[in-house]
Amino acid sequence: MSTPDPLPEYLRQSPAVAERFAKLKQRPVVMEIDHLGRQFPGAQGPVTALRDISLKIHRRELVCVIGPSGCGKSTLIRIIAGLDEPTSGRMLVDGKETSGPSPERGMVFQGYTLFPWRTVKQNVMFGLQMAGRPSSEAEADARQWVDLVGLRNFADNYPHQLSGGMKQRVAIARALAPNPRVLLMDEPFGALDAQTRAQMQSHLLEIWRNVDVTILFITHDLDEAILLADRIIVLKANPGEIHEVIEVPVPRPRSLDQLQTPEFQATRRRLDELIHPKLHAPSEHLPITRLTQIGDDVE
Amino acid sequence: MSRPRWFAVRQELSPTRRRLLGGVAFLLPLLLWSIVSYVPFIWHPNIKVIEPGEVSWMRPGLQIPRADFAKEVATAQAAGVRPPTGERANPIYLPPPHAVGRALYTAFTTAPVLKGDLWLHESLAMSLKTIFWGFLISSAIGVPLGILCGAFVSASRLSEPFIDFVRYMPAPAFGALMVAVLGIHLEPKVAIIVIGTFFQQVLVVANTVRKVDGGLIEAAQTLGAKRRQLVLRVILPASLPDLYNDLRILLGWAWTYLIVAEVVGVSSGITFFINQQAKYRSFDNVYAAILIIGFIGLATDQILAFIGERLFVWKNPRPSRVRRLITSTVARFLPRAPVEEIAPSA
Ligand SMILES: Nc1ncnc2c1ncn2[C@@H]1O[C@H](COP(=O)(O)OP(=O)(O)OP(=O)(O)O)[C@@H](O)[C@H]1O
Ligand SMILES: [Mg+2]
Repeated sequence: MSTPDPLPEYLRQSPAVAERFAKLKQRPVVMEIDHLGRQFPGAQGPVTALRDISLKIHRRELVCVIGPSGCGKSTLIRIIAGLDEPTSGRMLVDGKETSGPSPERGMVFQGYTLFPWRTVKQNVMFGLQMAGRPSSEAEADARQWVDLVGLRNFADNYPHQLSGGMKQRVAIARALAPNPRVLLMDEPFGALDAQTRAQMQSHLLEIWRNVDVTILFITHDLDEAILLADRIIVLKANPGEIHEVIEVPVPRPRSLDQLQTPEFQATRRRLDELIHPKLHAPSEHLPITRLTQIGDDVE
Repeated sequence: MSRPRWFAVRQELSPTRRRLLGGVAFLLPLLLWSIVSYVPFIWHPNIKVIEPGEVSWMRPGLQIPRADFAKEVATAQAAGVRPPTGERANPIYLPPPHAVGRALYTAFTTAPVLKGDLWLHESLAMSLKTIFWGFLISSAIGVPLGILCGAFVSASRLSEPFIDFVRYMPAPAFGALMVAVLGIHLEPKVAIIVIGTFFQQVLVVANTVRKVDGGLIEAAQTLGAKRRQLVLRVILPASLPDLYNDLRILLGWAWTYLIVAEVVGVSSGITFFINQQAKYRSFDNVYAAILIIGFIGLATDQILAFIGERLFVWKNPRPSRVRRLITSTVARFLPRAPVEEIAPSA
């Protein structure tokens, strides 16, 4: 895993990027996670899924959370969404402590979770209707959101008539329609094929540029995290704790063309070290015995 | 494989084959019945007397087991008197298809034997009325209660243990009680259907409601839905197609309770008709009445399925053979929502 030309230090930021981060930190804090912990009762005593997570997210920041499977990413985002309760610590949005789910924290799930009995437009209208908006107004609003995610021609289709990528765009529009302060996304593109996924990533960046919303995005795809994030929160498992916070030195606007740039590669390598330390150590010995007859020409 | 096989595990059949099998499903039993009825050397355990000869106790049309008849013939011949003649026949309780086919029509046109008894169509109307009220009353309470039980654990814990307990008591056991309380006419019969249906219904509905994808509920919560909205705007619409299907199945159960219900108090309806006809040994009418119940059941179910398909376009179920036939015929007279399949690409 050694590259011939030396990569820059991933911590080094170009002046433009450094200035952007300085400005970002000036912005008001939208969401504050304060010494958050979560334990689950287990067969052999309680399991600590999250321990002492503290984090401040500024307005219109895009933060990605990354970590090995089972490190508590979903638990974290569910607590933030109000779908789960922390066992210790608290959560503040705009300085106010939260309790339970609320439309100020919109969520996009990996499994789409569109309402199958509602058309695309009606799905997007749901949050507006819950807020008691008159339906003509809600419909006009929903139409704009449907246009924004590029589904104008599918406004009256049912979810079962859409592809995975289209469904996820509806889910994004639906979550954004009630004007949330924070958009929470739990591996939203995890079920999509590589090409659709790339499309959705640039799509999300474009939406984010045009909408006043702060995004917390969970992924296990390192490239996705670097491509999207201002900051990447790296979690480690057992117990789930913040391992490192990386300010992504790749300048904006981002595109997939930056994949080969030195900043991207340097960040990528650091993430690799943090997430897969075992890959660099000798692989653990598996008790494999030969079960079938194979030829000698395999290796 | 160019030619698809008839027996491939879980493989769809071509429409032609589906249609073919659907027809055979009905033709095969009919064919068996015809063979037993019309081929004289198959089964036909009796001899029907045509001409009694000089055997004093025989009458034309009387049926006697073959062995007994042969004995009588032998005795007559030995005694030198004229032996009886007859033909092989099936027992009276197995009329041939054409007799039942005729009865399907004549049962409606024949006046009842006793004055004051009901015509067939009147009996049928009475049965339908019993079913209708029984099922309506049961559903009016059972469905909302089931939804509550499915949505709220506390409602479920409060009612389901008791319902589970009552459900094991056979509905007919309440017959005498219902007659004492509600009289001898329609009311106790409706009550039996309600008792037979209601308790199952609550449990079935609650179970269906519980199967609503939890992800939908969580998504709705993050969109600001509160308790009332979760029930009315998410849980209810999400489970509606399955509830509808549940009710279709439960309606079928209600029909089975009808037969019990109709012998409670004053015997009435289609059951009374069947019992009367059996008493007169008009078994062709008995079969006709049973077939009519089958037809009514099948027709209601298919109509309900058809309506369901219109109601829940978003569910896009795979329509059954018969249903598609009805759909395609009736669709010509009904406007259809313009829903087209879209290829999965933007
Ligand atoms: N409801 C629960 N009850 C008990 N333990 C749970 C529960 N939910 C999560 N856990 C435990 O908490 C830990 C974190 O789970 P979580 O689903 O948050 O991981 P994750 O980082 O999202 O994993 P993945 O990348 O596979 O989605 C796991 O060890 C899991 O077993
Ligand atoms: Mg997860």
